[in-house]
Amino acid sequence: MADEEKKEAKGEATAAPASASTSETPSAPAPRTFGRGPGGFGGRRPGGPGGRPGGRGEGGPRKFFRRKKVCKFCVEKIDAINYKDVRLLQQFVAERGKIVPRRLTGVCTPHQRRLTAAIKQARNIALLPFAARY
Amino acid sequence: MFIIRPDLPEEETDRVISTVESSATTAGSTVKNVERMGKRRLAYKVRKFQDGVYVLLTLEGPGSALAELERRLRVTEPVIKYITVRVDEERKRLAKIKKIRDSKVRQPRPPAEAAPGTEPAPATA
Repeated sequence: MADEEKKEAKGEATAAPASASTSETPSAPAPRTFGRGPGGFGGRRPGGPGGRPGGRGEGGPRKFFRRKKVCKFCVEKIDAINYKDVRLLQQFVAERGKIVPRRLTGVCTPHQRRLTAAIKQARNIALLPFAARY
Repeated sequence: MFIIRPDLPEEETDRVISTVESSATTAGSTVKNVERMGKRRLAYKVRKFQDGVYVLLTLEGPGSALAELERRLRVTEPVIKYITVRVDEERKRLAKIKKIRDSKVRQPRPPAEAAPGTEPAPATA
């Protein structure tokens, strides 16, 4: 049960500990058997500082699923990523004009590939910069 | 899609667009759509211009016609940048997805209508 608490606290970085304990009491029997296996996922390590800062410095067997970040395109069922809609593409481009990696945005692989192709096309037609901000 | 330099008067820009259209048709492709996207700020300087008039041209035709059109665009002086994007494969894929999605949506509806009181069917928009 302690594992579950740590895992939940890590999952929602800003969740109050009171809410975590109240949410787990009604489902007490279920997590006990459940927690054996996936408890070792990354919930057992006591040194985890939290969801977001842990993810930035992650390397090795730290944590796999950062709060189950969903792919924006899969959720909204956007099929065609056009190079023409600059506003959509700009959400995935950093300040300097670089393409944001998929581990930060949570986009799934096929959509990331299409997104990259669209961004590069938009760059070629001067809708997006290659490198911005001196 | 191509960009025309911004410092031309309105008639000149129209003339350039119609020239491009006619060269496309003479090369052997059919012009589906011409869309003037207006003057926009460019993300970087292209031939010392910071703005440009964007024009989107949708064509259908063989590859040779397209190569010819690209060659003409490169030579045309007012056109400062162009890009050709192939969309036929993409359209085929989208149509396929749409077909699958339409066929899937039709299935759960009849059982829900047949037994309205027994169990609440999960509503999928």
